[in-house]
Amino acid sequence: MNDMRLTERAVNAERTKIAARGVQVHYGQTHALKDVDVDILDHTVTAFIGPSGCGKSTFLRCLNRMNDTISVCRVTGDIRLDGEDIYDRRIDPVQLRAKVGMVFQKPNPFPKSIYDNVAYGPRIHGLARNKAELDEIVETSLRRAALWNEVKDRLAAPGTGLSGGQQQRLCIARAVATSPEVLLMDEPCSALDPIATAQVEELIDELRANFSVVIVTHSMQQAARVSQRTAFFHLGHLVEYGDTTQIFTKPSDPRTESYITGRIG
Amino acid sequence: MNTDGHILSAFDRDLETIQALIMKMGGLVEVATLDAARALETRDEDLARLVRDSDGAIDALEAQVNDEVARIIALRAPTAGDLRTVLTVLKIAGSLERMGDYAKNIAKRSGVLAQFTPIEGAAGTIRRMAKQVEQMLKDALDAYIRRDAVLATDVRARDREVDQIYNSLFRVLLTHMLEDPRNITACMHLHFIAKNIERMGDHATTISEQVIYLVTGSMPEEARPKDDRTPYVASPKS
Repeated sequence: MNDMRLTERAVNAERTKIAARGVQVHYGQTHALKDVDVDILDHTVTAFIGPSGCGKSTFLRCLNRMNDTISVCRVTGDIRLDGEDIYDRRIDPVQLRAKVGMVFQKPNPFPKSIYDNVAYGPRIHGLARNKAELDEIVETSLRRAALWNEVKDRLAAPGTGLSGGQQQRLCIARAVATSPEVLLMDEPCSALDPIATAQVEELIDELRANFSVVIVTHSMQQAARVSQRTAFFHLGHLVEYGDTTQIFTKPSDPRTESYITGRIG
Repeated sequence: MNTDGHILSAFDRDLETIQALIMKMGGLVEVATLDAARALETRDEDLARLVRDSDGAIDALEAQVNDEVARIIALRAPTAGDLRTVLTVLKIAGSLERMGDYAKNIAKRSGVLAQFTPIEGAAGTIRRMAKQVEQMLKDALDAYIRRDAVLATDVRARDREVDQIYNSLFRVLLTHMLEDPRNITACMHLHFIAKNIERMGDHATTISEQVIYLVTGSMPEEARPKDDRTPYVASPKS
């Protein structure tokens, strides 16, 4: 089946980047995620789909320990990034989040200049030795986020003054500035118009050359357009995980079929 | 496959509409097939004309299916079982349109054949063959509506019987032509008619394969039983 896909970007996507085993999440008494096993591949866009409250965002937030910030949240199970347990006591969550970047649903630029938005991460992680190096990281990141040409003449202007689509691409530039290995995106296009959405989707495909991208989306068509692998969550369970083509043409679980075809599941 | 209704009920109505259209096409093709064979056997030129004229309605239905399918793909972006429904409807409509053309062609030839002395047994054999193909088509369409892959597999196996009737008729016609060259014109027409029906059987088989794809998500893998040996025949006895 794969050899029929003529337009796929040629990258080596054999290696497992993140391996999750038996992941359970409780918010107080609520059992939000039940025994999830997933292998997320390197250089691959993986889409998480499912109805609201199914646990997909919760699982995404486990991958860079964003759930640590919620006091009632309890995560058990095993999540390994390149074989290393990310919940190990010796792992610094701040360092982890530099490796596993995140882009949120609503563009949330810092109330700072465009330049400082992108330079913030490299500065706190000490990734640049001098101003010239920092300038280069900012330019490269903005180029990767397909924003450079639109903002190169006003880098000192506030990031919050950009349009919604530009702000979201600025947030992507900020996320890639620390050279992460994995980029998590939680509904990155839900606040964007179709043109900005298409630009972000094109960007996601380009980012795949360097990172492993995991995207949570409510748009099934978006999952179908941008991802190579799709995971369907329902009521806290990972129901089905497979090649996007297979999930959208021949899902094996009736619950997946009900959801993607727009039936009451 | 999931047969619950969509949250968006207009999508259900769209899918029902295109499936109803191919059922309507199928009904017209069944009638045309049987009528063409009957017109040949009974030398009924009025009936033959009726068959020729009815093909326009089948073609119009196919055009309507094509338009509706394009609209559904554009507006509804069907996936999984819905996608397979839409794709199979499109292919089945194509097969039915071809079957309609073959029936029309048979009706045209029957007008010429009415001017010749009948070839003994040929028209009866052709009618039997047409009946067999019509039953295959009927069952394939029933299997479609019932999402019945078992019945579809059975239809697919039955094409072999059509091939066998065609083989024997091929030899009979060859014998008649060798015995008396004045039979050649009639036998040539009869052979084309038999070949048309044999092709119609292949289309009924294609439809049953589409049913298997619709239900299971993949085309049948094992080769289908075929028995058309006429490509290798050099003389009536060979």
